[in-house]
Amino acid sequence: MPDALSHDEVAHVARLARLELEDAELETYRQQLSHVLEHVEAVRRLDTAALAPTSHPFALENVLRPDTVAPGVARDEVLAAAPAAEDGRFRVPRILGEAP
Amino acid sequence: MSAAAPFAGGAVALAAAIRRGEESARRVAEVVLEEIAGADDLLHCFNAVTSEEALRAADAVDVAVAAGRDPGPLCGVPVALKDNLCTRGVPTTCSSRILEGWRPPYDATVVSRLRKAGAVIVGKTNLDEFAMGSSTENSANGPTRNPWDTSRVPGGSSGGSAAAVAAGLVPLALGSDTGGSIRQPASLCGVVGLKPTYGLVSRYGLVAFASSLDQIGPFALRVEDAAALLEVIAGHDPADSTSLAGEVPPLAPEVGRSPAGLRVGVVADFLVDASPACADAVRRGADALVAAGAAVEDVAIPELLHGLSAYYLIAPAEASSNLARYDGVRYGLRVDADDVATMNARTRSKGFGAEVKRRIMLGTYVLSAGYYDAYYAQAQRVRTLIMDAFRRAYERFDVLLAPTSPSVAFPIGAKSDPLEMYLSDLFTIPSNLAGHPAVSVPFALGEENLPVGVQVLAPALGEPAMLRVAGALERAAAPDARGPVRPHGAGAGR
Amino acid sequence: MSAPYRIAGATGEWEIVVGLEVHCELSTATKLFCSCANRFGAEPNTNVCPVCLGLPGSLPVLNRHAVELAMAIGTALGCEIRPSVFHRKNYFYPDMPKDYQVTQYDEPINVAGALELADHARVGIVRAHLEEDTGKTTHVGGDGRIHGADYALVDYNRAGVPLVEIVSAPDITSPEQARAYVAELRAVLVATGASDGRMEEGSLRVDANVSVRRVGDPSYGTRCEVKNLNSLRSLGRAIEHEAHRQVAVLEDGGLVAQETRHWNETTGRTTSMRSKEEAFDYRYFPEPDLVRLAPGREWIAAVAAGLKMLPAARRARLAALVGEDAPAALEQIATALDLGLDDLVVAAAGLGAPARLALARAANEAAQDPASARALAPEAFAEVLHLESSGALSATQAKAVLAEMLAGKGSPRAIAQRLGFEGLSAEELDTVVAGVIGEHPAEWERYAAGDDKVAQFLLGQVMRRTKGRANGKLVAEALQRRRA
Ligand SMILES: [Mg+2]
Ligand SMILES: [Zn+2]
Repeated sequence: MPDALSHDEVAHVARLARLELEDAELETYRQQLSHVLEHVEAVRRLDTAALAPTSHPFALENVLRPDTVAPGVARDEVLAAAPAAEDGRFRVPRILGEAP
Repeated sequence: MSAAAPFAGGAVALAAAIRRGEESARRVAEVVLEEIAGADDLLHCFNAVTSEEALRAADAVDVAVAAGRDPGPLCGVPVALKDNLCTRGVPTTCSSRILEGWRPPYDATVVSRLRKAGAVIVGKTNLDEFAMGSSTENSANGPTRNPWDTSRVPGGSSGGSAAAVAAGLVPLALGSDTGGSIRQPASLCGVVGLKPTYGLVSRYGLVAFASSLDQIGPFALRVEDAAALLEVIAGHDPADSTSLAGEVPPLAPEVGRSPAGLRVGVVADFLVDASPACADAVRRGADALVAAGAAVEDVAIPELLHGLSAYYLIAPAEASSNLARYDGVRYGLRVDADDVATMNARTRSKGFGAEVKRRIMLGTYVLSAGYYDAYYAQAQRVRTLIMDAFRRAYERFDVLLAPTSPSVAFPIGAKSDPLEMYLSDLFTIPSNLAGHPAVSVPFALGEENLPVGVQVLAPALGEPAMLRVAGALERAAAPDARGPVRPHGAGAGR
Repeated sequence: MSAPYRIAGATGEWEIVVGLEVHCELSTATKLFCSCANRFGAEPNTNVCPVCLGLPGSLPVLNRHAVELAMAIGTALGCEIRPSVFHRKNYFYPDMPKDYQVTQYDEPINVAGALELADHARVGIVRAHLEEDTGKTTHVGGDGRIHGADYALVDYNRAGVPLVEIVSAPDITSPEQARAYVAELRAVLVATGASDGRMEEGSLRVDANVSVRRVGDPSYGTRCEVKNLNSLRSLGRAIEHEAHRQVAVLEDGGLVAQETRHWNETTGRTTSMRSKEEAFDYRYFPEPDLVRLAPGREWIAAVAAGLKMLPAARRARLAALVGEDAPAALEQIATALDLGLDDLVVAAAGLGAPARLALARAANEAAQDPASARALAPEAFAEVLHLESSGALSATQAKAVLAEMLAGKGSPRAIAQRLGFEGLSAEELDTVVAGVIGEHPAEWERYAAGDDKVAQFLLGQVMRRTKGRANGKLVAEALQRRRA
């Protein structure tokens, strides 16, 4: 997959990742990511049809905790770390779209 | 550090001396803080030195000893923490601008355990931003230098912890290892670095890079000290769902036991890609194990060479999601804008360095619609392939022997191509993918008289056998191959 | 069965296809992945911790009770309970602390169930999976809506509260049926103990997938997802409006765009929510911080054994007692179930009270004070019903006695006695009737000859003599008997 990524694809990925990148940066990433994708091409072509994917090194199951309340973090401490707070809440600039 | 270094005899011996009242925790802390103050302008191992907290903790230890109480197994021993471990009220930055000034409202589980064990935490060490790198050059605070040659990197991403131990600034340090980030800098700095079995040490409070691979582990000058530190931090934690249940067996006593009778496989596939000195160290290590009574044999596990590619799909994918939360809303940096989405994007663009952005981009891409199966799912199947290959090897061997790093420490700025840098982790990554333990033991001096580590790999929870072999390697190692070393420039000699 | 719902367009008749997604907040003490209190109405950001704030380094641990409530919901809906995996759904939004939602994706805990509605219609349940809720955003400035706001404030108390998302099959064919489905589902969720059922507090939130097609067309039209349905009323209205909008678009020769639409209660319209440039790609992948959830047989059986009787079974139990033939009975059954008075009715019937009368008194009179009615001893309720059915009390008297019983004023007999309703035995009544006949021979003659209008006069005399203690029905019967 030489030059695997197009400029538009990289721009789309940057949007998904909420990164604001200039064109020159996008081009650098396009080349570097293409290079990495070329490197992984051999692994992409391995025949793994018979293998199940591993997402976790050990197959632990049913790790649960009791439904018992424990104290959290005090609001003052939480909001002191916030870039902006108002009225006991985190303040953010206006939101243009509704949650999907 | 001077010959009168309070921990010349090791961390375990130091704890014993303080426990017996022969040494004062306060004096040790003061010496350490002074040494750090003297050396760290040059080395830059530390992002923050917590002098006041350290002295207070040391005094508490002395008071306890005076009152006849045992402050714990690490009684008064100074410990440095990689700056991606949360410390209550103390800045935890991950060497990133995006977390500048953030003070966690809680301690990581390993930090609580250290405090309970009587350790004295002296500061937070430098790392590649969010642990992404193999040289500690990708830090918003600038690079850490290798005390063996200050024009070279200490390796990474736990370079600050490795260099601090190598320079004798602290007897113990913690790092994190996602693809080799403890073992590779340990090899490049001439110290012991151990990545435990995944789940043996709680990840609660370790700022996540790649959750299914990350594991916290110890640095020390001696294998026994590393094992003692591991004993303190290991064990089930209900706050980490991936934490393994069950008791942790005593580990430190294993270090002195003979490896006679153990079956050791030398991963022949890795020797080809290692520098002559790195490959030679493995061969000589194998000879030493034979001499100590182990059964050593070459083994071909070519599947392990696919690990690097699988890793560079899985780790960035998890990272892209783990690092989404740095959005300027709740903590850390914010670059203001007229609407929230633009604010998020500007904050992240300014707050993250180039390598972090590169991995977020790569990870976002491989998870995105249409590519998931080709890349991410495929990498997870290759992970299975590697685990199967390991399983077959461990039917014949108790442990495996391999180089830790393909080369000795390289000059700062030498690897500008990301892929070239990624190759530094070729031999360490398979253990992360499988969740297995592995340790790098300083063994020889290689090219440019720089230290070379040998890596011992073991199956899940194979730490006891792994430590026996590591101890044997340590006893056979060249005495000048490990720290402490007084920081110096190129060619200055030891 | 009512006539099928149809929309008459200019070019022909249309039918609608609706599937509903119901988000149910679980009634746990703590959140899904942390030990913060799950409590509605607390001061902003007071039930938060490193985990539900998504602080660096924090990790989730699954709440056992939330899992059991999800299993209870699955069992109640006849689902198969399966091994499941949590995934991360990645998208940026300020009310989501980690900028991903932990949810179940292609391996949900509950699959393939069904909900039977009161009219016996069956709506398939595709899945009912566990996930975490988001925080709450308040838009400040402008008119307080998202558009035109100056900035926003975020409260994370709700972030991480456990939800079960219940996804129906597209089996719903009318706005009315959609409402019936949600009403029935709500009753089921309350019965399982999983939810308090409070739609107005957001405990239940409904999204509707609506499409239309020409009557008889087997294929599905393009659907729109309608959000912000905060009551059963708005659910019905929104579906109706959205279906009509789609018919108008299609009849105009246009195409329905697959999109999410927002229901505006004030204007009674749905509007498109999405700005075009924002593409969504959730990049689901297995959550590496959590392990597989695989309830074993025994655990599933224990949860099933702990389930209370479900609305459908309770309804069937009442229907079997009283029959479902009369519309009035159906309505009374619904009321009794709604108020939780069915146990009382069943118990009274079991003690020999007439079931129909028991249901009527429960759904009408006892329903005035359902809390007291639920606390009523079934024996006492059965007794007052018995007094009424045996004629010892008139209907009016029985209702009065029941009202006193609900107010905690004593046993039925004691109340009846105090009110002077009792004490007139059959013999006494007979004596009084005989006396009245003796005093009014002319009237009796007329009555005996068949003039029924005089009955009222004679009855009045009996009532006067007994100071109203006599049961009118029994007096009438006594007069009738003597005439025959
Ligand atoms: Mg959902
Ligand atoms: Zn919480």
